[in-house]
Amino acid sequence: MRVLAQMAMVMNLDKCIGCHTCSVTCKQAWTNRGGVEYAWFNNVETRPGQGYPRTYQDQQRWRGGWALNRRGRLKLRSGGRLRRLLSLFSNPHLPKLSDYYEPWTYDYQNLITAPAGDDLPTAKPTAPIVWSANWDDSLGGGPELAQHDPVLKTMSERVRLEFEQAFMFYLPRICEHCLNPSCVAACPSGAIYKRTEDGIVLVDSDTCRSWRMCVSGCPYKKIFLNHQTGKAEKCTFCFPRIELGMPTVCAQTCVGRLRYIGIVLYDPDRVLEAASVRDEHSLIEAQKRVLLDPRDPSVVEAALASGISEEWLEAARRSPVYSLIFDYGLALPLHPEYRTLPMVWYIPPLSPVVDAVRDTGFDGEDAENLFAAVDSLRIPIGYLASLFTAGDPAPVRDVLRKLAAMRAFMRDITLGREPDESIPASVGMTGELMYDMYRLLAIAKAEDRYVIPHAHREPTTEAFNDGCSVQDSGRVMLPMPKVRAS
Amino acid sequence: MFGSTPNGDALGMDGAVSEALLRAGRYLRRAETSADLRAVYRVGGRDSDAFQRGQWSHDAVVRSTHGVNCTGSCSWKVYVKDGIITWEEQQTDYPSTGPDRPEYEPRGCPRGAAFSWYTYSPTRVRYPYVRGVLLEMYRAARAELGDPVLAWESVTGDPLKRRAYHHARGKGGFVRAGWDEAVEMAAAAHVSIVKRFGPDRIAGFSPIPAMSMASYAAGSRFFSLIGAAMLSFYDWYADLPVASPQVFGDQTDVPESADWWDATYLLVWGSNVPVTRTPDAHWMVEARYRGQKVVVVSPDYSDTVKLGDEWLPAQPGTDAALAMSMGHVILREFYVNRQVPRFVEYAERFTDLPFLVTLRADGGSYVADKFLTEESFKPMVFDRGKGPVAPNGTLGFRFAESGMGKWNLDLGDIDPLLTLYGESAETVEVRLPRFDVEGVLNRGVPVVRVGDQLVTTVFDLVLAQYGVGRAGLPGAWPESYSDAAEPYTPAWQESITSVPAEKAIRVAREFARNAEQSGGRSMIIMGSGCNHWFHADTIYRSFLALLKLTGCQGVNGGGWAHYVGQEKVRPLTGWAQLAFGFDWARPARQQAATPYWYLHTDQWRYDTFTADTFASPLAEQRFAGKSVADLIAQSARLGWMPSYPTFNRNPLDLADESADPVAHVVASLQDGSLRFAADEPDAPENWPRALTVWRANLLGSSGKGHEYFLRHLLGADSAVRAEPDGDVPEGKLDLLMALDFRMTSTTMFADIVLPAATWYEKHDLSSTDLHPYVHAFNPAIAPPWQTRTDFAAFTAIAKSFSVMAKTHLGVRKDIVAAPLMHDTPDELATVNGIVHDWREDGSTPIPGVTMPRLVVVERDYPAVAERMAALGPLVERLGAMTKGVRFELSKEVEYLRGRNGVVREGSARGRPSLARDTDMCEAILALSGTTNGEVAAAGFADLERRTGVPLKDLAEHRRVTFADTQQGPVSVGTSPEWSGIEKDGRRYSPFTLNVERLKPWHTLTGRQHFFLDHDWMAEMGEQLPVYRPPLSMSKLFGEPAIGEQGELGLAVRYLTPHSKWSIHSEYQDNLVMLTLSRGGPTIWMSPADAARIGVADNEWVEAVNRNGVVVARATVSHRMPEGTVYLYHAQDRLIGVPKSETSGKRGGTHNSLTRVLIKPSHLIGGYAQLSFAFNYLGPTGNQRDEVTTIRRRSQEVDY
Repeated sequence: MRVLAQMAMVMNLDKCIGCHTCSVTCKQAWTNRGGVEYAWFNNVETRPGQGYPRTYQDQQRWRGGWALNRRGRLKLRSGGRLRRLLSLFSNPHLPKLSDYYEPWTYDYQNLITAPAGDDLPTAKPTAPIVWSANWDDSLGGGPELAQHDPVLKTMSERVRLEFEQAFMFYLPRICEHCLNPSCVAACPSGAIYKRTEDGIVLVDSDTCRSWRMCVSGCPYKKIFLNHQTGKAEKCTFCFPRIELGMPTVCAQTCVGRLRYIGIVLYDPDRVLEAASVRDEHSLIEAQKRVLLDPRDPSVVEAALASGISEEWLEAARRSPVYSLIFDYGLALPLHPEYRTLPMVWYIPPLSPVVDAVRDTGFDGEDAENLFAAVDSLRIPIGYLASLFTAGDPAPVRDVLRKLAAMRAFMRDITLGREPDESIPASVGMTGELMYDMYRLLAIAKAEDRYVIPHAHREPTTEAFNDGCSVQDSGRVMLPMPKVRAS
Repeated sequence: MFGSTPNGDALGMDGAVSEALLRAGRYLRRAETSADLRAVYRVGGRDSDAFQRGQWSHDAVVRSTHGVNCTGSCSWKVYVKDGIITWEEQQTDYPSTGPDRPEYEPRGCPRGAAFSWYTYSPTRVRYPYVRGVLLEMYRAARAELGDPVLAWESVTGDPLKRRAYHHARGKGGFVRAGWDEAVEMAAAAHVSIVKRFGPDRIAGFSPIPAMSMASYAAGSRFFSLIGAAMLSFYDWYADLPVASPQVFGDQTDVPESADWWDATYLLVWGSNVPVTRTPDAHWMVEARYRGQKVVVVSPDYSDTVKLGDEWLPAQPGTDAALAMSMGHVILREFYVNRQVPRFVEYAERFTDLPFLVTLRADGGSYVADKFLTEESFKPMVFDRGKGPVAPNGTLGFRFAESGMGKWNLDLGDIDPLLTLYGESAETVEVRLPRFDVEGVLNRGVPVVRVGDQLVTTVFDLVLAQYGVGRAGLPGAWPESYSDAAEPYTPAWQESITSVPAEKAIRVAREFARNAEQSGGRSMIIMGSGCNHWFHADTIYRSFLALLKLTGCQGVNGGGWAHYVGQEKVRPLTGWAQLAFGFDWARPARQQAATPYWYLHTDQWRYDTFTADTFASPLAEQRFAGKSVADLIAQSARLGWMPSYPTFNRNPLDLADESADPVAHVVASLQDGSLRFAADEPDAPENWPRALTVWRANLLGSSGKGHEYFLRHLLGADSAVRAEPDGDVPEGKLDLLMALDFRMTSTTMFADIVLPAATWYEKHDLSSTDLHPYVHAFNPAIAPPWQTRTDFAAFTAIAKSFSVMAKTHLGVRKDIVAAPLMHDTPDELATVNGIVHDWREDGSTPIPGVTMPRLVVVERDYPAVAERMAALGPLVERLGAMTKGVRFELSKEVEYLRGRNGVVREGSARGRPSLARDTDMCEAILALSGTTNGEVAAAGFADLERRTGVPLKDLAEHRRVTFADTQQGPVSVGTSPEWSGIEKDGRRYSPFTLNVERLKPWHTLTGRQHFFLDHDWMAEMGEQLPVYRPPLSMSKLFGEPAIGEQGELGLAVRYLTPHSKWSIHSEYQDNLVMLTLSRGGPTIWMSPADAARIGVADNEWVEAVNRNGVVVARATVSHRMPEGTVYLYHAQDRLIGVPKSETSGKRGGTHNSLTRVLIKPSHLIGGYAQLSFAFNYLGPTGNQRDEVTTIRRRSQEVDY
């Protein structure tokens, strides 16, 4: 068993208020530059909605991620490697700028410099404004726009976009820093790599040759071409901060306090197997099996042998990400069917729950009512299943039941009444476990949300000793081809 | 090495040829490739990712925050690199709330996160600007006359020149001026206006001091010291819930957001917490996890509904109908059919429900009249088995020497009866007004006779009002909950709100049962969706009734949580001393802004109805034949509301004319030689002449009746479509000056624009009601280009003013007309709330009783700059008064001498220095009880003497310095400046001091009021909680009824809720926010309404009503209810607004479709809690009752 550490994130969508602070702070810190005006490493999309770039989840069209070929072997959906190598210069699956949006600005100067005239000056937009990174924000779909939502199209149940039936929730997204990243595999230059020490997926801009195969290869469309430098850019999981034990900008600034960062341990040699499971509904369990239990002595032994330090192991044992996936069974991956083994996980949104049981008396005290409500939620379970479980409603239902049970269980405690152990038991939990889950979800102190061990940056010559003859201060010096303007 | 797939094929990648190709490349790279060639691993390092490391690196992180108009008060990290502000991120170092609840980190929102965009943005005001046409004329006159004041007078005194620059307002043509020249012009204007017209013709407008106390105080101190008026904002913004003074006798006091966590049932009513309280929303979200139920009342499927458990989609403006029916259910099930002991005890002790009210014969029936009083201001309860008695704690005990030690809620042996039912066999029918259909309800109450008076209890009247019958009582009562004909049943409300009766019943039951089970932890978060209506005070009173009936107010986790504007200046006492120059002269001129704008923008000239339009069907015709403006004039002359300009003469001249200026003014008023300016606001001698706006965008954000402002106040072009009554002046202001860091409608129309430092470029202080901390602003960079802090700008203006004042003004006496003030003995002026108007009855007006107090104040005009920069002597001589509590401060003055240094020269010699903004911050903290335990203790000592209950133990020994606030947010302490107990890390909840320590509320009865017995409240039909529907714009102004479709389009309800992408108008011009939204003004509408006018998403529409025109794009969503459109507040007209088809001019702001309508009852003053205080009471600038037509316009737009 080889053991590697992976920096991972969980977002509790039940807590997301859709404020976009994460997007703005990320943008201001990382992509407030020429060439990436259109790039939002972190974006928040309203569901139902088209997403960013629009309809990116329609892999029939964009061909991102992985698929199994007829023999059950894993291949990039965009085609075999040979085919992609041969079609380097004409990539039909690349989103156009208009699929993201064409950035615009205004003639602000006019407000100050307008000469004396006969009307109030205005700051005219530089182009007609027809689409943006967040065009369908908070529409709950919107009748004209939601029909293009790829998730809605996959659902068997009919969703009515009418006033009384309105529903929406927010889906914040960053790079998934996948265990099986299709961008890495798609890059003909080998410029994208996964950091051995923490699994963060980065672009080596010196090596990037602007082929843009990563852009189409990523099913989440989280790699962006800088139009000025011609280099691919992406979310770095804020590694300069992470290395210091600081949360990513998006997590640090999340006022909904819904993000958790921690490490998980995994066996890289099991990745391909997990990604190749034929039944899509089994992919989540397969993905979980790649992750290792940091409390298991054999895992600890193997991890130490693999060079993982004691304090990283301690961080893995305290990891809120691991707890939310395994101890509480709340976190689900986004689109496991893309087979990239994404490492940003989500707790699906519960609310609003009680509308559905309006005739059955006071809900907060009656767990049975809550369970009935879960199946008639305003947000259709089918929609959530299409996002998080390749369409399988069972795991989503399990999570929502746990959340509902927690509220019922905690109400007694809050009101100073005797806790009812039958409530956690009904979802396969003990009262203590459920109480701890409540604390992690609700009280969620910063030190519990973010368990980030410091990076080891002390010089260890062995770490760099890969036998490469051209090694020189860690950089490969090769002649740089001229980058074509896009 | 690899396992197998279930179908038996070997695991691996897709094809052999490509593998071979890639395998060859593997050896060229210094990285580990997985054996299957799928993945590339590489150890990160210091060199490989230099680009991102470079991006992340920075030189400094500076603590600051964002300044105005946002309750957030979030502490931020501002990153600086190479001397440039690069980005910001939230601080997370708030003091802990304890181990078992969430923390305040990381407060912030996307708008704040985008603030640094402004620093170097193209909309940044970098230099002083003056409109070219004005500057040329001024320069010419200055060259000719050699004196700035004379030059200003020659330009503004020439009608043609005046008209020329008025007409150019808002039409571009700015030219750069130097600071010296711009300041000289401004100072000359002020000197000239003081001299020619009087200081009360000058006004300053700046809102929300909590969010940058020194920046507010820098300007307001200047204006106060010269005798100019500061204009209120809380009432003007319609954020003031008038129900709060009416019910609590308090401006607004609400829980911090951490106390939402303590609630176990949360009603969110007309508030969109995730959007408008972004940094606090997590408390609501997280509290659900401990079993809190969240019910949302909202006309649209809002962001809050997304988080709630239940949604009651009430029709806009009908919320009181729903609340009244919930009250009906609670009274029926928790008071009449069954009594909850805790509820009854609470009602008896902490509300006016047991108090006795006299009934007055009215035809064959009776109407509720006045509180029965033992002597003036001592209302009575019925002591069980004994009879009427006046308990402690009423207003009669508050100021009288005989009340010393008795102003408390200790009932002693008194056992007050809630109801006379069962106590007395006698019953009568009372008449009660209804407004759902105009009419009268006849319902019986039990009565007893006291002398020749027939009395009942407030509780019995409340049951009658709510329609909760009891056996044997006469009158018409609802038969059951499903009786839709009789107010206020659940079925009745369904016909109005469209919320199913069954839902209303269930939520009411749950709400009350939760309060019963949790000891009062049911909470209502209420917002502008309910508070911005003309009749919002009645809406709020119906909400507050639910909380009082269930004993939730004054309990952690319970009560009202009103978050609409306000923003608590936690260090209130010190701030007020500095901000209004109370350290040098008292009183200051403080004006209720709504009547000010209503009069001076001439919106009153467009009223097509008289004030009795709003009156009760049981009215006694007090308003008959009077316009609303007449009532404003009456309110001014009775001393109820302040009114500046006060007289039709210069108050400096009035003071000069007699050795006894007060007697002179009274006599002149009586003989008619002197008039109140409010009697004839359009006469040129009564116009306001100079207005300075800073930290605000009056014209592009808060100015209801935007187009009227342009036409009449400024004399600029406008799109007003209504016809005024007669000839109306256009262009009143000689000077509009704006200080800002960005271009807004206010700067665009200003004559002088001064470039302001941003929040990242100065020192200041911030606090809020949403969290219990104070923290600092600090400069991350020096103010760039020629920008200056507000403090520096006003210091410069004051210096220039003082120099010119030597020649033109000297030392003068000023006669200030001050209104009858709340929390002073002034509020005893109107016995039993019976109105006498000296002008109408011919009596001699008595200053301070039947007319404003008249106070002669010395104005040392050449010393204004020196006084601004030093703490004056009245601080130790008189102490400070806050809400009726006296704070002794002489030790603190000595402390400030040491900390700030002592002035060594000039007229302020020997005083503590306020020469720097940090000095001001230091003084604010030192002179306030929340930040200085010694001061709190002094205040509690004073309050102990009055109340006779122990309080001093609540003060903690602590002193917060400015340096502390620069280190991080600092917790404030318990102080009599506020009503919550925060000792030992307890969360702030208002009125816990009242409930736990028996300190009275600042009301007539000392309790929370259901009943209001002022004459005008009876006239309005609002003695008790009542449902009043939204105003009908068809009836008032002939606008089409909602749903009608005509030439101008479809008539719809026009609402302006707060936006996700801006804080008022700030950030709506910010490119980051524009990029995340629709990039300019949009109007949200339902698919059905969009279909009716044939408009598709993102197509251009035009909305037109009598007030003006808006051009915007449509956003179509099924989240919206039919018949209502939203134009999110506040969309200024500067960003991508095309010309209108209707007017041919630039499309308007969101306020181009609104105007001010004044509710007469908001003008009441001089009576108990219904007495004026600045931003405490005054007419609201409400705007929600408006309608507009909307239509698809040509899709070709022209800018």
